[in-house]
Amino acid sequence: MPDLLIELFSEEIPARMQTRAADDLRKLVTDGLVEAGLTYAGAAGFSTPRRLTLSLDGLTAESKAVREERKGPKVGAPDKAIEGFLRGAGVARDDLEVRDDKKGQVYFAVIEKPGRLAADIIAEVLEKSVRNFPWPKSMRWGTGSLKWVRPLHSILCILSDEAGTEVVPLDVDGITSGNTTRGHRFLAPNSFSVASFDDYEAKLKRANVVLRADERAEAIWNEATTQAFALGLEVVEDRGLLAEVAGLVEWPVVLLGRIDDDFLGLPPEVLQTSMKEHQKFFSVRNPKTGRIERFVTVANMETADNGATILAGNQKVLSARLADAKFFWENDLRVAKAGMEPWLESLSNVTFHNKLGSQKDRIERIAALAREVAPSVGADPDLAEQAARVAKADLSSEMVYEFPELQGLMGRYYAAEAGLPADVAAACEEHYSPLGPSDDVPTAPVSVAVALADKIDTLTGFWAIDEKPTGSKDPFALRRAALGVIRLVLDGKSSVKLDEVVQFHSRALYASLVLNDRASVLNDSTLDEEHWILGANKAMPDGTILALSVPEIFERVDALNVSLSRDLDWQAIRITSAKVIAKELLSFFHDRLKVFLRDKGIRHDIIDACIAMPGNDDLTLLVKRAEALAETLATDDGENLLQGFKRANNILSQAEEKDGVEYSYGADIKFAEHDAEKALFAALDAADAKIVPAMEAEDFSTAMTAMAALRGPIDAFFTDVQVNADSQVLRRNRLNLLSRIRNICLSVADLTKIEGTS
Amino acid sequence: MADKPRSFQEIILRLQTYWASKGCAILQPYDMEVGAGTFHPATTLRALGSNHWAAAYVQPSRRPTDGRYGENPNRLQHYYQYQVLIKPSPPDLQDLYLGSLEAIGIDAAMHDIRFVEDDWESPTLGAWGLGWEVWCDGMEVSQFTYFQQVGGHDCKPVSGELTYGLERLAMYVLNVDHVMDMPFNDPQTQIPLTYGDIFKQTEQEYARWNFDIADTDVLLQHFVDAEAECQRILDAPVDDPKTGLKIIMAHPAYDQCIKASHVFNLLDARGVISVTERQAYIGRVRALAKACADAFVQTEAGGAAA
Repeated sequence: MPDLLIELFSEEIPARMQTRAADDLRKLVTDGLVEAGLTYAGAAGFSTPRRLTLSLDGLTAESKAVREERKGPKVGAPDKAIEGFLRGAGVARDDLEVRDDKKGQVYFAVIEKPGRLAADIIAEVLEKSVRNFPWPKSMRWGTGSLKWVRPLHSILCILSDEAGTEVVPLDVDGITSGNTTRGHRFLAPNSFSVASFDDYEAKLKRANVVLRADERAEAIWNEATTQAFALGLEVVEDRGLLAEVAGLVEWPVVLLGRIDDDFLGLPPEVLQTSMKEHQKFFSVRNPKTGRIERFVTVANMETADNGATILAGNQKVLSARLADAKFFWENDLRVAKAGMEPWLESLSNVTFHNKLGSQKDRIERIAALAREVAPSVGADPDLAEQAARVAKADLSSEMVYEFPELQGLMGRYYAAEAGLPADVAAACEEHYSPLGPSDDVPTAPVSVAVALADKIDTLTGFWAIDEKPTGSKDPFALRRAALGVIRLVLDGKSSVKLDEVVQFHSRALYASLVLNDRASVLNDSTLDEEHWILGANKAMPDGTILALSVPEIFERVDALNVSLSRDLDWQAIRITSAKVIAKELLSFFHDRLKVFLRDKGIRHDIIDACIAMPGNDDLTLLVKRAEALAETLATDDGENLLQGFKRANNILSQAEEKDGVEYSYGADIKFAEHDAEKALFAALDAADAKIVPAMEAEDFSTAMTAMAALRGPIDAFFTDVQVNADSQVLRRNRLNLLSRIRNICLSVADLTKIEGTS
Repeated sequence: MADKPRSFQEIILRLQTYWASKGCAILQPYDMEVGAGTFHPATTLRALGSNHWAAAYVQPSRRPTDGRYGENPNRLQHYYQYQVLIKPSPPDLQDLYLGSLEAIGIDAAMHDIRFVEDDWESPTLGAWGLGWEVWCDGMEVSQFTYFQQVGGHDCKPVSGELTYGLERLAMYVLNVDHVMDMPFNDPQTQIPLTYGDIFKQTEQEYARWNFDIADTDVLLQHFVDAEAECQRILDAPVDDPKTGLKIIMAHPAYDQCIKASHVFNLLDARGVISVTERQAYIGRVRALAKACADAFVQTEAGGAAA
């Protein structure tokens, strides 16, 4: 059972691609070998900046011979049929055997595939793997046509067992395989031969190459934390950076350096971001003060001066970088302390989307909406509006221009420097959240109000200009925004009437776009009458304006209650009724909610049953109802009640269809014959008495428990009483009784939406 | 141990000597305003076609938006790049490059030299390649690129391109903190000159002109003119009636493309190009670059059969 070792040695592979590439190499080669009839015991892939390595042990020395017999056409069949068979089987006509079959003489082809040596198979599979390697980006070099991530220099490919080691011969675009590799680019550049994986890994280490990425990462982390600990400091954990740095070095040398005192006053996040993004440095923090005081850089080099020159160079580069950051910070502070006015002004020159106006327009809209939703999330409307007005001011700051990932966070610092209330400053940072499904949801009411307004503006805006997500395409991350709204509302248990809010905002959106564009509209003589009626104010021939107020414009549009899809070419707004936008968006929210709740174990049909009820734009209420229903249906009573309801509903629907009438007159107990019938009357009365006030109090749990308690009486009724009695009076009365069951149940949730359980 | 150079110009001279010794033709700067050494026809056009090529040169480069009136220690609106282009890229290009660092006094045994992923793309030239930025002790000292496409044409064979930002590299080697303090000639000489002696005033003058004074109407007209002239040159019949020769005027046309590109940079610095317009302008320059590349590959230098 030989072992196989492959190394593909190249110029520096981007750090972000290495791990995946080692995995791809393992998969491509092992799949190829197995497909060709070999088996193996274990396989492992490795990567360094200059090599991809695959070690495979317990490989079979050759593939088994295969013999296959195929039955062909009858003797005397048309030539075409026989030729086709020969092609398929890959044999010559003379090789066919004639055998007796039940129906006469038939041709048989016997296909012999001899076993092949592992080396032959490996050579073939490896060449194919190299030629078809799934690099995210690959390139040619020199005069060759081979593509690799960067120029490929050598291929090591050996099979080894007790008897010794042999090179698997192969040639890929002029690169021939061998049994040699090289060590570290500077510390051990000479080539050496290897006999096995163990030999390879050991010799690499002697040649200043740590083969395993996790070993490099661990060494970096241990050394960094040890050096920091010795100074009473701690390294700020950053797994992404650690993995990246481990992919930039073959021989990690950890160096801990100083940050110039000049820069220690910068916010820690600024230091951290600048050091990480530009220099790939780790931040080292003083646990007592929380300040970043040092950095760790990882070199790929051991030097005679123990890294002193390298560290000095890195420190110098860092100082230049931080001097920039400090310059930005100080300039920004001046603007912030003066109230941030120039930033807000300049946002009018920043386009948010060419159909949705500037960032400044957007801020105006968000401010109005934040004020509107503030009461429903328990926020002070003035503070919410104020926060919304400054929440995006930092987008104009120099720091955020340089480090876009600091948006929001810098806003918080600058708002605090401007002397704004703490709630407002917090909202500057938190209003972007939650960004992903696992991101924290803000809880401070002002932050929640601005976060909701921000997301609802995005959703309404892109809906209004018909940029809805389709299939896998969601370029404006609207699904994420909708999920954000859902999580903000649910986490805060807030009662936000989304239908109203979106309608309110659609109008504000149009108003903002129409009003802002008034000047250009008035100067545009190409507009025809039609556009005016729909879109804006009417300019009379003498130049005066027949003012239609914005509410009047929307009255006109809303009166139509349709999506007009009419392009107003001066603004290219597709005027859609606010009601239509709200309806479509609500259904979008409901779809996202179903996905969200499915992950929490609530079935989609249960949600559908609740969406069918009034007040479904209040997601907190909707979820409360769904949870109560799910809980009820999980009980024995609930499950059986559902069956009883369905039976009642079926009988009733059939009768109504047959008779052509609706049985909704009150059933009368005086026509009740059986005890079970009388008991049902009593039970329905009792249930009514509990359910009606409970529903009014939105106490779904009590209402549903009361509904589930009907299970016994309903079951007994169906057991003892025949609904379709001969007497028309009795039959009608009983159908009307079923109607009461239906009405009571439907007042709690639309149980017809619940899928049958077996 | 490589001995240390003492001035900016010594670094340039050493690079010239080194690359000459490696077989490169040492060309002179292109006599037009360009944003980077890549724009020199010795790179852009010569990267196209099958003819082999090896050239190195200094290219003064202008980036009007980077002007800081000579105050910023690292930023200039006019600076120098050192550019090497070898086609086909030799298998030992990384080693050749490291040799050039040694030649200017960077001893690989004492420093941490790294090749960090950085793919290069020039939307204005319709060009891209894969490679690295080269770090020396955490500082980017060069761009190293294997050209894959230029002007929309696949590069076959592939050229290897090296670009050194000379001021930054020299500041590091000479241990200077502000570019204006850097010795330009030998500081021991009779009349020592710093970088600032030569360029401080010009940085101020150009920064003011770039940002505030340049006449944008005139520039806009220059752009349109250059664009039209480029197209007119390329549209001219190949047969020259005067000489009876077939002459495709790829280089004169490309000059107009360079001009349009620089005018665009000036307009950008003047702040008169909006975000949406930006893309359109870049697209127009790219169309010129592509047309010039199309023309060049029809010429003998571009690898067409003579």
